[in-house]
Amino acid sequence: MAWTNKVLRVNLTEGTLRYEPLNQEWVKDYLGQRGLGTRYLVDEVDPEVDALSPENKMIFATGPLTGTAASTSARYSVITKSPLTGAIACSNSGGFFGPELKFAGLDMVIFEGKSPTPVYLYIENDEAKLLPADDIWGKSVWEADEILHKAHHDPQLRVAAVGRAAESGCLYAAIVNDLHRAAGRSGVGTVMASKNLKAIAVRGTKGISNIKDPKRFMASTAQEKEVLAENAVTGTGLPALGTQVLMNVINEIGAMPTRNMQDVQFEGASKISGEAMLEPRESDGKPNLTTNAGCFGCTIACGRISTVDTSHFSVKDKPQYHHNSGGLEYEAAWALGSDTCVDDLDAATYVNFLCNEDGMDPITLGSTIAAAMELFEKGAITTEHTGGVELEFGSPQSLVWCAEQVVAATEFGKDLGLGSKRLCEKYGMPDLSMTVKGQEFPAYDPRGIQGMGLAYATSNRGACHLRGYTVASEVLGIPEKTDPLVSEGKAGLVIAFQDATAAVDSAGLCLFTTFAWGMDNIAPQIDSACEGDWSVERLLEVGERIWNMERDFNLKAGLTGADDNLPKRLLKDVAKTGPAKGRVSELDVMLPEYYELRGWDSTGVPTDDTRQRLSLA
Amino acid sequence: MQKSLYLDADKCTGCKQCELACSFERDGSFNPIKSSIQIFTFHEAGRFVPYTCTQCDDAWCMTACPVDAITINTATGAKEVNEATCVGCKVCTIACPFGTINYNTDTGKVTKCDLCGGDPQCVTACPTDAITYVEADATGFSRMKEWAAKTDNAQSAA
Ligand code: SF4
Repeated sequence: MAWTNKVLRVNLTEGTLRYEPLNQEWVKDYLGQRGLGTRYLVDEVDPEVDALSPENKMIFATGPLTGTAASTSARYSVITKSPLTGAIACSNSGGFFGPELKFAGLDMVIFEGKSPTPVYLYIENDEAKLLPADDIWGKSVWEADEILHKAHHDPQLRVAAVGRAAESGCLYAAIVNDLHRAAGRSGVGTVMASKNLKAIAVRGTKGISNIKDPKRFMASTAQEKEVLAENAVTGTGLPALGTQVLMNVINEIGAMPTRNMQDVQFEGASKISGEAMLEPRESDGKPNLTTNAGCFGCTIACGRISTVDTSHFSVKDKPQYHHNSGGLEYEAAWALGSDTCVDDLDAATYVNFLCNEDGMDPITLGSTIAAAMELFEKGAITTEHTGGVELEFGSPQSLVWCAEQVVAATEFGKDLGLGSKRLCEKYGMPDLSMTVKGQEFPAYDPRGIQGMGLAYATSNRGACHLRGYTVASEVLGIPEKTDPLVSEGKAGLVIAFQDATAAVDSAGLCLFTTFAWGMDNIAPQIDSACEGDWSVERLLEVGERIWNMERDFNLKAGLTGADDNLPKRLLKDVAKTGPAKGRVSELDVMLPEYYELRGWDSTGVPTDDTRQRLSLA
Repeated sequence: MQKSLYLDADKCTGCKQCELACSFERDGSFNPIKSSIQIFTFHEAGRFVPYTCTQCDDAWCMTACPVDAITINTATGAKEVNEATCVGCKVCTIACPFGTINYNTDTGKVTKCDLCGGDPQCVTACPTDAITYVEADATGFSRMKEWAAKTDNAQSAA
């Protein structure tokens, strides 16, 4: 079985809670987590609603393998309509919170409406209740976590919460669980705060004991853990350097977005790299990285646990940051580092702490600060707006100041909290926003990795690396090497990655397993745990169906094929250095082929045949 | 030859695969609370520490049990709970100075590590060798070897 078959529905407006069985018909077509959660959302939410209105809903969904002995079984997703993009939002997180929901007997929690006063949801196995959040509203995630643990006298409690950024309306607020794991992108935290919901605290001791074929499941998961252990990326690179293993690699191939994506290589990359995190500091002889860490069930353990140098200007007078917490992942290091041209590892680590402490997406935060720096460079933002502070590329002081403004929700901080699209529009230079569908790019410049340009343009949640990570093929040669500078053949590659990813995201597993696992490694684990036959073919069909369902939601929300686009900078301004020198993104060549292979018409709308083939509602 | 579990917190990543393997072996479920080995996270220190029963020779739990439900497995040296005899009085949970024997509300009996009859599943499950099953008389040898390397002048000069 592997699903608990139980959904908790919380009506925040009425303050009522009710349990219902999981829709088994949908399970067959959408598996779990991302797919199934989205199926519920599209059924219940009008795509045209204002994302921050009570009419929007928010779904916390686990996958069938969440909480099991399969490696990386930590995942859950938050599905809602995004206030940042106006498109579907589905943000995935690890840590320990998702499995705890499962152990409490829940596949999903659906939130509806808006509470009249701040509340949090407390779940202890079969008992759930909404409790007043007066003493945690206005507090950071870290404070709220501590207060809730004390209030419930339970060190094992797992908490997912929003911080002050979400409360003050920052449009890229994250939901942070277990202190430093986040459903980070697209402003899912902003939606949560808009419902006056501060946190979910869960304790589950029921466990999972309904695996279809436990013996086969244990044998299959054990075998696949070996595959992860023996693979160079998942067995060696990621545990040693985390995702930061990529910093120097991507810089070398000339795909490192730098200076608000004006450049594709950053001269300071090595100073903020995974390797740099291992170097002993001058001040105390300790490296930035204390240890690697695993999420629940994860045998890769790419997580970084780090400290900031206590003598660094950012924390010198703030002893509350003189301890370990979640350190820099590659995406945070890039956005807070190379995009702002800041090569100060401690400044980036401190701002990353702030992102965890108060729930902000570090990619959008960093890119928005980088956009503000360029607006400052071009004179659109002046010291009059900033109260005298200069915003300069390369200045760690500027970076830290900006991040602190967002948390404190000062007037300028609120501008930064809009994200780069609205910020650049407000200051009259919309072309400086490096976004797709209003969401900022991750760490791969599409001029240097052609497939990623198409993946970004067509991503259902705006620019994102976690919807079709062709970097695996184009840079790392997984499953086979393709030339990153060539656009030919990339439409098919992007589609294959997008569909497989949607299936993995619906299982409860981490996408990082796919550096080592193909669908033929994943399918037997799902098949031995779950009712029904889960072949590779069926999983890929599920993935394709999910992709089209998300697309359909977006089209109904008012997006069109015209939104499958990239900023002019990436289409017109050539890469200045590196292997991609002289190139732009060849999106115009790839997109029509992509539509055709997807079975969409020339405007990007799925044809009736495609809808029928996938039995889309 | 008797063997002991050897726990090395420096290698632990906090993934809880050991807890899953243990609860599956003991209870047929994936449920950390049912695991006899537990991982403790010290977040601010950046430490993950596995902890379980060390199988004391002169075991407090065994001595305290009023119905002799805890006996020694002579092959493995494990102190094992005989569920049929256990009356669930929990005296052993008070007697154990380390807290490694616990009550199970589902069965009404106590539960503790029994070394899985000589094939500890946590050891197999651990991806980092933070838990190993080694000769009981030589549990310190790997740590001795690390220090030997550090104090070896010839090697550090090289
Ligand atoms: S399986 Fe090993 S690494 Fe994972 S928590 Fe247990 S002891 Fe630590």
